[in-house]
Amino acid sequence: MSDTDQLPDFSQIPDAIVERGRFSQLVWIIPIIAAIIGASLAVKSYLDRGPVITITFKSGEGIEAGQTQIKYKNVQIGEVKAVTIAKDRSHVLVTAEILRDAAWLLMEDTRFWVVRARISRNSISGLGTLMEGSYIGVDAGTSKQSQDEFKGLERPPVIAINEPGRPFVLHAREIGSLDVTSPIFYRSIQVGEVISYELDKDGKGVTLKVFIRSPYDQYVKANTLFWHASGVDFTLDANGVKINTESMVSILLGGIAFLSPEDPGKAQPAGPNSTFTLFANKDEAMKRLDAVVETYVLVFKESVRGLLIGAPVDLRGVTVGEVTKINLDLDPRNKEISMSVEVQLYPERLWAQYRSKSQQGKPMDSRQLLNTLVKQGFRAHLRSGNLLTGQLYVALNLFPEAMPSKMDWSKNPPEFPTITSSMEQFQTTLMKIVQKIEKLPLEELAGDARQTIRTLETTLQKIEKLPLEELTGDVRKTIQTFETTLQKIEKLPLEELAGDVQKSVQMFETTLQNADKLLKNVDASVVPETHSAIEDVRKTLNELRKTLGIAKQTLSPDASLQQDLRETLRELRRAAQSLRVLGDYLERHPESLIRGKEDDR
Amino acid sequence: MRQVELTAAGLGLCSCHVCGLVLRSDKAYNPAHCPRCHTRVHSRKPNSVSHCSALLIAAYILYIPANLLPIMETSSLFSYREDTIMSGVLHLWETGFWGIAAIVFVASIIVPLFKLLALTLLLVSVQRRSTWWPMQRTRLYRLMELVGRWSMLDIYVVTLLAALVQIRSLATVKAGAGAIAFGAVVVLTMMSAMNFDPRLIWDPLRKEYKL
Repeated sequence: MSDTDQLPDFSQIPDAIVERGRFSQLVWIIPIIAAIIGASLAVKSYLDRGPVITITFKSGEGIEAGQTQIKYKNVQIGEVKAVTIAKDRSHVLVTAEILRDAAWLLMEDTRFWVVRARISRNSISGLGTLMEGSYIGVDAGTSKQSQDEFKGLERPPVIAINEPGRPFVLHAREIGSLDVTSPIFYRSIQVGEVISYELDKDGKGVTLKVFIRSPYDQYVKANTLFWHASGVDFTLDANGVKINTESMVSILLGGIAFLSPEDPGKAQPAGPNSTFTLFANKDEAMKRLDAVVETYVLVFKESVRGLLIGAPVDLRGVTVGEVTKINLDLDPRNKEISMSVEVQLYPERLWAQYRSKSQQGKPMDSRQLLNTLVKQGFRAHLRSGNLLTGQLYVALNLFPEAMPSKMDWSKNPPEFPTITSSMEQFQTTLMKIVQKIEKLPLEELAGDARQTIRTLETTLQKIEKLPLEELTGDVRKTIQTFETTLQKIEKLPLEELAGDVQKSVQMFETTLQNADKLLKNVDASVVPETHSAIEDVRKTLNELRKTLGIAKQTLSPDASLQQDLRETLRELRRAAQSLRVLGDYLERHPESLIRGKEDDR
Repeated sequence: MRQVELTAAGLGLCSCHVCGLVLRSDKAYNPAHCPRCHTRVHSRKPNSVSHCSALLIAAYILYIPANLLPIMETSSLFSYREDTIMSGVLHLWETGFWGIAAIVFVASIIVPLFKLLALTLLLVSVQRRSTWWPMQRTRLYRLMELVGRWSMLDIYVVTLLAALVQIRSLATVKAGAGAIAFGAVVVLTMMSAMNFDPRLIWDPLRKEYKL
């Protein structure tokens, strides 16, 4: 081909057809769009960021950064961002981010707690968290003051902040089986719960916070009585056996019950956080209905065995008081032991008793009333309330034939006159006397007589044995003592005169001579004296022997004294026999003490 | 005898990409079309520098959220994680997957950054008509083209996981906003590199001839 051999004419190369007006800078839209996207992301992330709060918990159990949610009424309002340990290692700091929309929930009194599966005595909660993991629950506060640092609760609050109702404070001596969330009953309806409890600062009681839901809170009046309704109250006292319960729930879990006493004055509903006393049981609470309590002391001479503190004071079957204290009194002047029993009387009940009798409109002064009553023979005495248990109670009654007595107002508490024993006490004392007489005569008296003789005999024998040996022994001992004394004297000068030999020798000689003389003296004067002393003793012995001879005569079987004694014993035996017969008869016919002996048919 | 360095542009010529007709084109950067097949012709890619820099700037802008926003949200029964690229790499490193950590680090952090910086360097040098080391710059361009696609690795991983791991409540993987930004960065840098005309590197050395 010729074309390949020759280079073409370059001038014949066609021109490219130029296009005009095609300005293509649309590409710059891309960075603008990118900038807009970037900016919007930045703005979004800035706007989305809600407040960051810190919550302190005792432990971080179940809380995980980036996973644990914060929920209010089961709606997520935030998320835990970090869990750290406080510098002092005492607690855990949970940092959480709250959604912007929910920031208004974070008020000063907003409460946080960890919701996890909990099984307590009266509820099982948070089972859902077993699968989904724990979350932090929120109870939004009502305060206007916002806050970003909170102290987490260790257990869920029992009552939400905006729950209608009122809290009250109860003081109790013991918490019993109560716990947080223990129910509160009003006429056996559950109307509230125990919110919290704490030991009083002085350690002498427990303060409980309870919450009564609306509308039941209106039944809590200023004079409302609260008491433990826990479990079964089983009492055995002078009144017999008594079992009290509130409801099955409270038997198992414990609880509190309350009741407002009926009163014509219409007590005002109690304000929130009013303080009440929590009584141990319903009876104790109801006793406190008696506003006026007067204390008296009763002095009994007899045994108060079977009388318990809390035993009722009874006026013809109506309880008008109770025993509060039993003391032992020792009177130093009369050397008498008496039992002083302190009782509390509820005079209002007495008034009622008295008014119904005397139809008086106006109640009398208790002092005046008691004075008049005591003058009429109003006395306290112990009575057996229960033959099975032997419980005693204090009974008040009128004994017109009683010894005149009066109230002793000078004492504090004033002394109320008592009267000893009724027929029952008399019967028991009689029985005791009979028993004693039964035991007394034969054995003791005969034994005693025999023992007396024996003792006399042994005494004589001892006297016979005594003199010779002991006295001679004494003399020997005296001589020995002399000898030892001499030996001591011998020893003494040697030591003392060690310094001056000559003098000492002389002194020694003279002393020896003196001692010789002394010994002679002793031989001469003391020995005859002892002889005479022994002779004196011999005389005395002879005298004694004579006396004994007389004694033997007197005690011989046919001696008149012995015969008299025998007769006396015989008489006593007969008396005992007849008493035994009486005892047997009384055992068979105890009523005869009252009715007299039954006539033979 | 010294070799004559002739370029088509230097002779005022260009060829049609479709029918191969050699055309005379004075204004090398202006759009024109072939008289025979009416295909667009240009001796250099039109608006190469401006297109390239626009896309590059966009890539730069999106590079920030791509690294700051989480790229993957992994939630399982026991844990919940939101990972940015860097935190993911660190997590892999800490848990002992050093090899994977290195691969992800290279593919997702080194490569995009390298591409951005390389493109910037090329654009600036071209704009200034620099005659500085044209050979090395051309090699850089080739390397950039070769390596650029590997930065999509991260996106592939996230996409695969998000598609596969969807066991409700037991384990879920979701792509985060960062993944979109990161994908955009990779695409934009690729487009930017595509728009770059490597012939521009050599243009400052061109001698003009008149045929």
